[in-house]
Amino acid sequence: MVTPLSSQLIDLCAAVLLLLSFSMLSQRRVLTLVDLFALQGGTLFVSIVVVAWNTHQYQLFYSAALTLVLKVIFLPLILNRLIRRLGAQWETETLLNASATMLIGLLLVIFAFTLAEPISRLASTITRSTLGIALAIVMLSFLMMITRRKAVTQVIGFLAMENGLFFAATSATYGMPMVVELGVALDVLVGMVILGVFFFHIREQFDSLDLHNLESLKED
Amino acid sequence: MTDPTCAFFGITLIPVAWLVIGLLGLVRIRSVPWVGRILFPVSALLGLLLGAMALSGLALPAQTLVLPLGLPSLPFHVRLDGLSRFFLMLIGFTSAGISMFSAGYLRPGEGTPPGLMCLQYHVFLASMAVVVLANDAYLFMVAWESMALSSYFLVTTEHRLPEIRRAGFIYLLIAHIGAISILLCFGVLQGGSWRFTFDAMRAAHLTPLWASLAFVLALFGFGAKAGLVPLHVWLPEAHPAAPSPVSALMSGVMLEVAIYGLLRVTFDFLHAQLWWWGLLALGLGLFTALFGVVFAAAQTDMKRLLAYSSIENIGIIFLGVGLTIIFHAFHMALLAAVALAATLYHCLSHAFSKSLLFLSTGSVLHATRERSLGKLGGLIHRMPWVAWLTLIGTLAIAGLPPLSGFVSEWLLLQAFLFTPSLPHSFINMLLPIGAAALALVSALAAYVMVKFYGVIFLGQPREPTLQDAHDCGRPERIGLLWLALGCVLLGLLPVPILALLNSVSRELLGASLGGRLQHWWLLAPIAPERASYSPVLFMLSTVALVTLVTVAVHLLYHGKVRKTEPWGCGFPVVTARMQDTAEGFGQPIRQIFEPFFRMSRTLPSPFDTAPHYRVQVDDHFWYWLYAPVATVIQGVARMTAVIQRGRISVYLLFSFLTLLALLVFVL
Repeated sequence: MVTPLSSQLIDLCAAVLLLLSFSMLSQRRVLTLVDLFALQGGTLFVSIVVVAWNTHQYQLFYSAALTLVLKVIFLPLILNRLIRRLGAQWETETLLNASATMLIGLLLVIFAFTLAEPISRLASTITRSTLGIALAIVMLSFLMMITRRKAVTQVIGFLAMENGLFFAATSATYGMPMVVELGVALDVLVGMVILGVFFFHIREQFDSLDLHNLESLKED
Repeated sequence: MTDPTCAFFGITLIPVAWLVIGLLGLVRIRSVPWVGRILFPVSALLGLLLGAMALSGLALPAQTLVLPLGLPSLPFHVRLDGLSRFFLMLIGFTSAGISMFSAGYLRPGEGTPPGLMCLQYHVFLASMAVVVLANDAYLFMVAWESMALSSYFLVTTEHRLPEIRRAGFIYLLIAHIGAISILLCFGVLQGGSWRFTFDAMRAAHLTPLWASLAFVLALFGFGAKAGLVPLHVWLPEAHPAAPSPVSALMSGVMLEVAIYGLLRVTFDFLHAQLWWWGLLALGLGLFTALFGVVFAAAQTDMKRLLAYSSIENIGIIFLGVGLTIIFHAFHMALLAAVALAATLYHCLSHAFSKSLLFLSTGSVLHATRERSLGKLGGLIHRMPWVAWLTLIGTLAIAGLPPLSGFVSEWLLLQAFLFTPSLPHSFINMLLPIGAAALALVSALAAYVMVKFYGVIFLGQPREPTLQDAHDCGRPERIGLLWLALGCVLLGLLPVPILALLNSVSRELLGASLGGRLQHWWLLAPIAPERASYSPVLFMLSTVALVTLVTVAVHLLYHGKVRKTEPWGCGFPVVTARMQDTAEGFGQPIRQIFEPFFRMSRTLPSPFDTAPHYRVQVDDHFWYWLYAPVATVIQGVARMTAVIQRGRISVYLLFSFLTLLALLVFVL
């Protein structure tokens, strides 16, 4: 029962996700970045619900709920608290300026679409058109991790990448098996906790969260 | 013990019991009485039990068991057959003596606390037993690696000293290289079935090329553990570093476990042996034996000397393995059985005598705090127990009748003497040289043992501190006595013991000495008219002769011990420093075999008021083989270090580019 409305809705969600990725790529205020991340999670939640509703893949509701609880509510909350406690609201400088990053991002999106095209022609899901976007989100988040210097933003990039993977999974095959999904969710949670501990240690050691300080750890 | 299944369970339970003892050591980790007076003697009893159970079942058929342990769908298999029973017997009986000795040897010290050492020691023991029991590659490798790791920790007991950490590192490195080779060997042996149980390997049929590859890998891997040249470099480093009971266990038991692996792969898994494998093993063994004994003659540290002597004995064992392969490849079953019996006998003999010697160096070390031969001497008056028991060990190692070493070397020479009947002219020409070299090695081994014993125990004490050296305690005496008893029994009763080996040989070669072992007092492996040896007769006549001479001397001469000044060569003062030293005694060998050594010498000038003479003997292999390899590896590492920038974004970029490249590749 794929209504034109729902397929339009899914396309809209995908477009919003891509736009959010781009805005995350260019956003330099860390707190806003967290908000954007939460927004991305919310959009992902909506799209999964729509897919689940239309295709009667009811196990997708679980993953939707998981997304809502973890990525929209819990992780942004933790991140917010962390950032305030660490005083890391500002990203001072990126490695590349914003416009160059955006240009590279554009190229990546084109690459992702060419890559996804043969696959989505094979897929029979209603969401197949969004596979390219999902791949693009993964790559853009990766790019964000590369170009940022602060540990916090790298973590947000990592989480956003996981969002992209989730979206790719729903769009290509109506979601991963539940076990995998739970495993990934747990991984993200544990990773977050460990990184949180790391933040404090890095800051204690160097009085800053700038990863630049870690470069001196290399032996010459 | 009548029920074979019951005995099988008993044998598999002993490693578990050892592990439990090890864990109990952790209960009171710093308590020497708890670990030494209670745990180690119990462990010695368990060793005795293991040996007795394995011995009593030596002739039983093979038994297998699948344990409910291991990974899902990859359970542990164990198997007990003649070969594994023989080596379990060796492990059990030898470790009984060593554990008993350790009970008295432990002292609270700087390094690892005794409780922890007890754990490492028993993990080591248990893993050796499991290696022998294992019936799949997975369990074998797990046990093999825990054997390497636990012994590494034991070697580095005194880990606060940098040179001991270095010795441990070299040992671990070579152990790992060997383990990789063994792993690859199992990979070849599964022969395309992709099942890694030993039963699958027995069933696999390999082409000669693959079989040869498997054999060479096994020779390399097990050779690295056993100390085959050029993979021997860890032995002279690790043995002096380790506490003496650990050296004894490593040299007396672990090296033999490596031989077990080689025998298992060569005769059990590979169905058809090619003659050149035997020639390879024989050549390497011969060179190893000669190399080991020549270096042993040049050593001045008593434990290094024994380490090189272990290399020599391993060489002799490999020689025996090689000879067995050659005879077996030409279907000369009886001679193959003789060579195999000699090999196994030498394993047993070396296990007992070398453990005994290493333990006695431990006693000397505790009594004098001195390891250098140049500072010992005259200890037979201070430590009579250790001295007399060590004498038995040295005689056995030197291969003198009627002790254990003679039997195996004599059997090996017997096997050599029949090589002219081989249907291959090339080997026929080569092998007599091998026999001659073996004789040379035995003679040099005796020379080395004279040096070892003479410099430590005979003569006058070279240092004043040796005056207050004390004899070892009771548990140590029991341990040494047990091992010495083993040497004597192995020497006096070769026929019953060889008869026990029949089942092993029948299992591996399909032939045995069988009916040739009728008279318990007369050993005639091929035919009595060709060669025979009767140790009991020999001993009786020796004893009779010695008694006769003593009595005659007492009756005809005045019969008193005279103590006078020795002849002073015209010098007015004769001090203990003027005795023949270890360097002096080894000097002729150093001269004759000069190309073997890399020597650096500093001679004092005639006008020096405080003259110092220094000679350093090094191993060529360090400079020819190991140093170039290390340089190449360092160079490659430096080249790889170029991409190590230390910047997280660069690392992320690397993984991102890899991802993109892979995606393009898929596209």
